[in-house]
Amino acid sequence: MSKYDAIVIGAGHNGLCNAAYLAKSGLKVLVLEKNDYIGGAAVSRELEEGWLYSNCSYVCSLLRPEIYRDLNLQKHGLQVIAYGGSVTFTKKGDIFGGYSDHDLSRREIGRYSKKDADAYVRFSRDISKQCRFIKPLLMRTPPDPTSFKPKDLNELIWLFKRLYGLGEETIYETIRFYTMSVAEYLEEYFENDVVKAALSGSGIIGTGLGPYSPGTAYVLLHHYMGEVDGSIGSWGFARGGMGSVSNALAGAFQEHDGEIMTNAEVKQILVKNGRSVGVVLENGDELYAKNIVSNLDVKRTYLKLFEHGDLDEKIINQVENFKIRGSSGKLNIALDGLPEFPAMGKNNPLMHADMHFIDSLERIERAFDDWKNGRWSADPYCDTLIPTLTDPTMAPPGKHYMSVFVQYAPPKLATGEWTDKDREGFGKTVIDQIGEYSPNFKDLIVHAEIRSPQDIENEVGLTEGNIFQGELTMDQMFFNRPFPGYSQFRGPVKGFYMCGSSTHPGGGVMAAPGANAAREILFDLKRENIVPEAENDD
Amino acid sequence: MLQQNHYLKSVYETPFHERTSELNILNDWTRWKDYTVPNSYFRVDLEYFAARNSTAVFDYTPMIKHRIKGKDALEYVNRFFTRDMTKIGLHRVGYAVWCDEQGQVIDDGTVFHMRENEYWLLSAERQLENLAVSAIGFDVEIDELTDDVAALGVQGPTSASILKAMGFQEIEMLKPFDIKHYSYHGEEITISRTGFTGDLGYEVLMSNSVALSFYNEMFAKGEIYNIKPAGLEALDLLRIEAGLLQPGVDFMIAEEAIRPGATRSPYELGLSWLVDLSKPVFNGKAALVEEKKRGSKYTFVKLNINGNKPASGSYLYNQANKKIGTVTSAMFSPSAKANIAYASLHEPWKKGKDKIIAEIYYQKDLEWNRVMEEATIVTKPFFDPDRKRATPAELY
Repeated sequence: MSKYDAIVIGAGHNGLCNAAYLAKSGLKVLVLEKNDYIGGAAVSRELEEGWLYSNCSYVCSLLRPEIYRDLNLQKHGLQVIAYGGSVTFTKKGDIFGGYSDHDLSRREIGRYSKKDADAYVRFSRDISKQCRFIKPLLMRTPPDPTSFKPKDLNELIWLFKRLYGLGEETIYETIRFYTMSVAEYLEEYFENDVVKAALSGSGIIGTGLGPYSPGTAYVLLHHYMGEVDGSIGSWGFARGGMGSVSNALAGAFQEHDGEIMTNAEVKQILVKNGRSVGVVLENGDELYAKNIVSNLDVKRTYLKLFEHGDLDEKIINQVENFKIRGSSGKLNIALDGLPEFPAMGKNNPLMHADMHFIDSLERIERAFDDWKNGRWSADPYCDTLIPTLTDPTMAPPGKHYMSVFVQYAPPKLATGEWTDKDREGFGKTVIDQIGEYSPNFKDLIVHAEIRSPQDIENEVGLTEGNIFQGELTMDQMFFNRPFPGYSQFRGPVKGFYMCGSSTHPGGGVMAAPGANAAREILFDLKRENIVPEAENDD
Repeated sequence: MLQQNHYLKSVYETPFHERTSELNILNDWTRWKDYTVPNSYFRVDLEYFAARNSTAVFDYTPMIKHRIKGKDALEYVNRFFTRDMTKIGLHRVGYAVWCDEQGQVIDDGTVFHMRENEYWLLSAERQLENLAVSAIGFDVEIDELTDDVAALGVQGPTSASILKAMGFQEIEMLKPFDIKHYSYHGEEITISRTGFTGDLGYEVLMSNSVALSFYNEMFAKGEIYNIKPAGLEALDLLRIEAGLLQPGVDFMIAEEAIRPGATRSPYELGLSWLVDLSKPVFNGKAALVEEKKRGSKYTFVKLNINGNKPASGSYLYNQANKKIGTVTSAMFSPSAKANIAYASLHEPWKKGKDKIIAEIYYQKDLEWNRVMEEATIVTKPFFDPDRKRATPAELY
């Protein structure tokens, strides 16, 4: 006798979003979380008294506004606050600022190259075209191109119409765009290396690829299509840290009588007669439900939670071949005051922006080389932010929290597993790099949480610590995500579904995979669809 | 008396101008009555978010300020305004409207019960003549102090912390709509827990002589609380989310209306809570009694509209494609992620029966497009955080 209509494994933001929609539809839903806190990689934790860290994910722009509105996340305490711009510090002691004001940005590029300043107009337009094409796809289920079901055929027709609607030139451009490297793509517009380095960062964040690796142009788009209130490319902070996103989704779920159980790690998914029927927890408890949904990545789900005998060999093979490479680490730093960055001065609005300390494509590619060789980058690409200059809730007044996303760091070192000493060395590399540009930075450090990809895997559960639950390359995107035949959120056994970032449209705190999966589950249960479509940008 | 050549400076600078002009890096100014004030300072959305997340400071100096003083002050204001003014205790502020003889709203404003027998009216329009006409037979003295008193809005979650850091004791203990007088550099300064943003926030009234030092000190003390200046464009977004009306935008100021039917009564603006028909007399009472009996022509509503295209100036239709109203203010709300609007509805709209469909025009790449989007009526403000009401106020 099952008490629940559905059990969702993992209280990450996608699991909670999925559960919220199932519960809103009237189903009895239980969410199981292994940790004693919810949120997965969208969490805010107090590790040093007085400071809240966004321990993993740290900015918010991809979160679908349709979901935000539909689940009334505002009422459940979520406020996404816009912030502006990015800045790259150069070896020569200057900065290159990416302002959110288009004309300001163009002028800044002009300091490095007049020609590039003009090319920026064309670049922005072309990126906007790609964003316009892809955004409506985020809240739709990819069609199966081999299927003759009316649902798939209709979706394929819709997709082709959309593609042809782009016009001949843009169709060619789109296909090139999806397969190019970010460096080559930028070279079609820009000549200056600082400009290219600054713009390329979004193409490598979270991926085990370098700026010259094919496929990274798309990753750039994946980060650019974010928006805050319709301004594309704009980023925001969740007030109170990224845990606010998860807490608001949990609030929406609980409003519809959803139940969350923490400290409840799932050991096994029970399969009977080709159908998932329940789960076994680490403590031996068995819980039953007609539908089981996994928010975990595909590797963890299929290789750890299923008995191999319950799955086809082909699936196991596909899962094993799925690329999920840990490439990044994270530092969360509590600061006793505001660090100075003499190259830009205290009153520069870019103090609020994403800071980077690497100023050439070559340096980024060398950083990638270290990763390939099983070392963390000696000269890393750091996406650094001081959220407390915007959000007053994360540190005492006058004190600051700095979030440093670090690329590259391998899940396993050439010397073996990560040791405490390695972690320390990794942290020192990052702190030294920032210290080069901020003389008082090191003296201000009160506490630092240093996380290797291995730490992220151990704590959050993301395989290899990969932030996207799988590479965002074309062979693993859209109807190939996570792998061919399984892009519509259904698993290989009946009643089993996937709802994490391993599924379409991939990683980032979007909540789209969770919502998309809910739509398919409700379809199978012959319930009315309550998951919103993407708003039309046209 | 004003010099004859005042035309040489058609628009005044406020006492804060020296600093606001430094902070206004967009050099974006707008005219507000006699003054020029920033429309935006650095980026509208960030100015908006400062008010929702930390603190935004608005220069409210051009707001019209009237002082009503004398032993009949209470009796007088009770005759002038539609609401029961005896309920606005000493050191309290009340929102109020006042009407012409036809019961049509002239303007709205906030009435400050400043001292025993002294009220201040802060309003959009100058009301000296109206106030004087009603004053016949009352022992009151009425002045307009707009140019003598500087005003700031200090709005947002960290605003109490900033004022406290400036030495304004017990500021966090003010309840919404409370007033407290302080001494600042030897001058009296009045702080009220009011604003125009629907969040925790304060308004500060001070003499021009201390205005600039107050402003500078506030920004120095406020830095660690993420204080930001904000302009009128951000303020408009905030007040729509907060459910607050703008005279001259959401309703026609009765005295300026040329065409019949252009004005609205308090009932037609959803402000029936501001009308107390049990009072023996007030301006417009007879007409409002009559309207109450016969029913109103217009209904003012807050709308949540499908889609994401703001319904600015939209016509509204019912399911039979009959026009039932117009939108007065509209925006996409960054906090609710909703497409919101205020609208004035009329016949043949039937409450609870008719659909409301907005006809929205918008431009993409210079092409005009049109969508018809269904809307639902909401009763609460679109943004209504608990911290707006919490006393003591949140401190950081």
